[in-house]
Amino acid sequence: MKFTLSWLKEHLDTAATLDEISAKLTSTGLEVESISNPAAGLDAFIVAHIAEAKQHPNADRLRLCTVETGTETLQVVCGAPNARTGLKVVLARPGTTIPSTGDVLKKGSIRGVESQGMLCSAAELKLAQESDGIIELPTDAPIGAPVTQVLALDPVIEINLTPNRVDALGVRGIARDLAAAGLGKLKPMKDSAVPGKFESPRKVKMRLEGGDAKLCPQFVGRTIRAVKNPESPKWLKDRLTAIGLRPVSALVDITQYLTIDLGRPLHAFDDAKLSGDVGPRLALPSETLAALNGKTYRLDPAMVVIADDKAALGIGGIMGGEPSSVSESTTTVFLESALFDSLNIAATGRKLTINSDARYCFERGVDPVSAEAGAEIATRMILDICGGEASSLVHGGDTPEWKRTIAFNPARVKSLGGLDLPPAECKAILERLGFTVGGSGDAWQVTPPSWRADVEGWQDLVEEILRIHGYDNIPATPLPRAPMPKVVLTAQQRQVAFVRRSLAAQGLNETTTWSFLPKAQAELFLGDLALVSLANPISSDLDALRPSLIPNLAAAAGRNAARGMNDCSLFEVGPRFEGSKPGQQVMIAATLRSGQTAPRHWAGLARPVDALDAKADALAVLDAAGVSAQSLQTALGAPGWYHPGRSGLLKQGNQILAAFGELHPAVLKALDVKGPIVACEVFLDRLPQPKRKAGAARTLLKASNFQPVDRDFAFVVESSVTAESLLRAVRGADKDLLTDAGLFDVYEGPHVGEGKKSLAVYVTLQSKDATLTDEMIEAVSKKIVAAVEKSCGGRLRA
Amino acid sequence: MSTDNIDQLRSELLNAVSQAKDASALEEVRITALGKKGRITDLMKGLGAMAPDERKAFGQQLNVLKDEIAAALDARKQSFDSAALDARLASEKLDVTLPIRPGTKGSLHPITQTMDEVAAIFGQMGFEIADGPDIEDDFHNFTALNFPPGHPAREMHDTFFLPPAEDGQRYLLRTHTSPVQIRTMMSQKPPIRVIIPGRTYRCDYDMTHTPMFHQVELLVIDTETNMSHLRGCLQEFVRTYFGVDDLTTRFRPSFFPFTEPSAEMDIGCSRKGGELKIGNYGDWLEILGCGMVHPNVLKACGLDPNVYQGFAAGMGIERIAMLKYGIPDLRTFFESDLRWLRHYGFAALDIPTVTGGLTR
Repeated sequence: MKFTLSWLKEHLDTAATLDEISAKLTSTGLEVESISNPAAGLDAFIVAHIAEAKQHPNADRLRLCTVETGTETLQVVCGAPNARTGLKVVLARPGTTIPSTGDVLKKGSIRGVESQGMLCSAAELKLAQESDGIIELPTDAPIGAPVTQVLALDPVIEINLTPNRVDALGVRGIARDLAAAGLGKLKPMKDSAVPGKFESPRKVKMRLEGGDAKLCPQFVGRTIRAVKNPESPKWLKDRLTAIGLRPVSALVDITQYLTIDLGRPLHAFDDAKLSGDVGPRLALPSETLAALNGKTYRLDPAMVVIADDKAALGIGGIMGGEPSSVSESTTTVFLESALFDSLNIAATGRKLTINSDARYCFERGVDPVSAEAGAEIATRMILDICGGEASSLVHGGDTPEWKRTIAFNPARVKSLGGLDLPPAECKAILERLGFTVGGSGDAWQVTPPSWRADVEGWQDLVEEILRIHGYDNIPATPLPRAPMPKVVLTAQQRQVAFVRRSLAAQGLNETTTWSFLPKAQAELFLGDLALVSLANPISSDLDALRPSLIPNLAAAAGRNAARGMNDCSLFEVGPRFEGSKPGQQVMIAATLRSGQTAPRHWAGLARPVDALDAKADALAVLDAAGVSAQSLQTALGAPGWYHPGRSGLLKQGNQILAAFGELHPAVLKALDVKGPIVACEVFLDRLPQPKRKAGAARTLLKASNFQPVDRDFAFVVESSVTAESLLRAVRGADKDLLTDAGLFDVYEGPHVGEGKKSLAVYVTLQSKDATLTDEMIEAVSKKIVAAVEKSCGGRLRA
Repeated sequence: MSTDNIDQLRSELLNAVSQAKDASALEEVRITALGKKGRITDLMKGLGAMAPDERKAFGQQLNVLKDEIAAALDARKQSFDSAALDARLASEKLDVTLPIRPGTKGSLHPITQTMDEVAAIFGQMGFEIADGPDIEDDFHNFTALNFPPGHPAREMHDTFFLPPAEDGQRYLLRTHTSPVQIRTMMSQKPPIRVIIPGRTYRCDYDMTHTPMFHQVELLVIDTETNMSHLRGCLQEFVRTYFGVDDLTTRFRPSFFPFTEPSAEMDIGCSRKGGELKIGNYGDWLEILGCGMVHPNVLKACGLDPNVYQGFAAGMGIERIAMLKYGIPDLRTFFESDLRWLRHYGFAALDIPTVTGGLTR
């Protein structure tokens, strides 16, 4: 909301400076968004006098002016049609910065004639959006004086009005708040009744039935005849222009003015264009209305219109209609001052997408007693500016009941607000704000004024008192707390934190991607899930919720590749959505690697990423989460977005904890990214939680003092036998001496025959209590060979 | 065999040792002298046939000779070894300016780091961490938070909605982390101290808004916590988070449907020369919204507002990260640009703690 300093002072008697007013506005909750001072940047402009203006010798549209500044006489070329002899003007001399362009004015020659300055228009000084010619100063303006002393330059204050502050919708309400906060005195307002000279021939007719009556509970009207509707006086035009409104005509401007001045929207109809009684009714199905903004709106029966006997005249509380609007030739006015339901106004305004000042006021809530008072004030202004005579008021409906009493214990200011303030001061603040305070001790009865519909309970009263006294006077008290902080993270929260940091330690870069993605991409990653789309996506490429983190990571890899970074290793920990209801989401840790494992290097370390890199990432997540690698089995059956032959699952029993592998080439093609790309998804919600042990003590370390022995075995097995099954057989062959086993060679080729492969493993044997003898080693070796033969059909390679 | 002969042999062998050209020649000398059939070995073998007295004297001389020759061989061998090592070292050269085998350095996203910092600070004050679903219902996101029906924030232009569900509900993506306040108060008995970090969604996308962003919410409910504690708690937070011990804060009245009284907090800053600095420089920067939990919210959660009270506060994770770490553009948080992730990201081991230092 915008207003000017002089406008504020119309209501507030104060000696405070602009800065003081600004600070107080913010501290009472009317946060100052900006202050624009039109005088800023105009110090160098002075008043000058055109001693003579004659035709430029070489140009039809230019004038050659002899300009006097009091100390010198200058020759200035001017293109403005109103540059004429005897005019007082605004002069910029060379070296002055012109506000509209930011350019420094130089002495120059225009069409062969020297120009020693510039005569300025309001637009050039940024005092208006556009102007027809140069500024014409009053004839008594002192020559040579700075123009800032001559022009009425009124600072414009813009505040950010929170939706609850219905009392501050008008400049007067703002003045009232400042006065309550001690920044001056609220000037009295002349709102007494204007005696009617005649009875209004036009009556009000309330056409809202039953429960709909509350949509417009009160309608006050008045006929004013024998008016003129000229341009508004300068002061009125200046105020409207200053806050960005366009003056139209006196009658329209008066209603515009009072909307801003009092937060009281009104409407003036041209009485000659009305037919019969006027009042609110619901719009008819498909009824249309040509509104004042030049647009025609199709209405529906949920909307309230102001109508006469024949047609809708305006959209109630939002905008008047063009056919019934006042014009220069208007001689009789029918004035409307009504009350509307804020929710209905908000809904109508939204549906029609009309943002008018009237809507702004009514959807927040207008003072319920202002319908009548507003009509009287408007009448007085119309009579003053437009002349004429007023009828008595005509009424429809009634002022809704607004009085209510709130029980209040002033000790709440301390117990809720944390501020020690004497009850007398609390009472004084409430009374300055217009509240009535009765009762005593800890049982006050407080009645809010009509303009404070937002005040409902005792908590609101605490806020009013704190607000006016100043929030900054609330002391800062640290929250009481235990001398030693306790553990606040749950086991699962620590697990997730550890997973994130472990993946970063693995060399992956964490990223955060949208929870959204394009439907077409979501469909590639659904598996058994149903697509979860948004009803109102922000754009068509963010129109579904992600069923997997992979597509967004893959798209990120694609974007990086487009910037020349082909080797990506990304991870994200976040939700995937399995349904469209609260709780149908699970936490996933996903990694994605693309391109080469390392940059090109002299030692030749780089190779294309493969599925086992993704498996390593999945295992790193599980390890960080405290899942023992021994408890996991690698299985086939990864979801369809993985390469069917180069992917797998990590399971614990029947529970799938992770999927990993190379992404399916068809999926990559659909995502328009280049492979190879490998990825893994770990279901963090499915991980077993670390067991709560009795204490932090580890199991006792039992390290052997005897020499370990390594033995190697190469087994020939069918190609279909997996490395994991062979290693499990080897590891299970002896529980006593076998401490470690690993795979160190895989060979497929002519030496082992078609359909076969050779897997070479090493085992480490160590006894806890003796040096191993050849016999013992031999015995274990036999067990290993037997176990592999039994479970994998393998035999020792010759 | 006489002493002279021994002297003769000594000088012969010592000469041979010193004349040996290389390690293998020296080995031959060793075999000639001390090998199984070597000359000293032969003489040793001959001792058995001697008379005891003679044997003793001669044996001693032979032993001295043997030791002497062995020592000479050893010394000579060491000099060959050392020369050989020198020669080998002279031939072994590595260009130590070669680039090392690259390790990969990962990073954490600034959102993660900032959340961890926030959790570390509020953890000191006894706050636990709560979370809730991204998909919410109207009750938790709006109604229970005292948004009057028809509030503009419920409307399409702010809130992402899911298509109408078969149960008649119209689910939505939470527009703030505040619904978790409701879930916490409905599932937990006071006293409550929780922070709620998480993803939030609004249908807005421009220079300073993204359709998804992160918030952290604070909720304290008991019977005594008042606005002075709110101010104290938040003041401690901003001072610790920004690392400015005497950072001034400004409390302004504001409005949120779910708090009463409501406030916004500003912190001191400077904007001189277009550069934003946090500190007591006379200018103000809005940092968060807060207030005492609205009685209607307490009632919606089954708590008596004449008994229970407390505060709530909320702030944007990206915003405070941008302010602290000088990250200029919100939208870059979600672009996954590797250069950005590496530049603004944090090391895996850079774990923020209040006592160990929040920020390296």
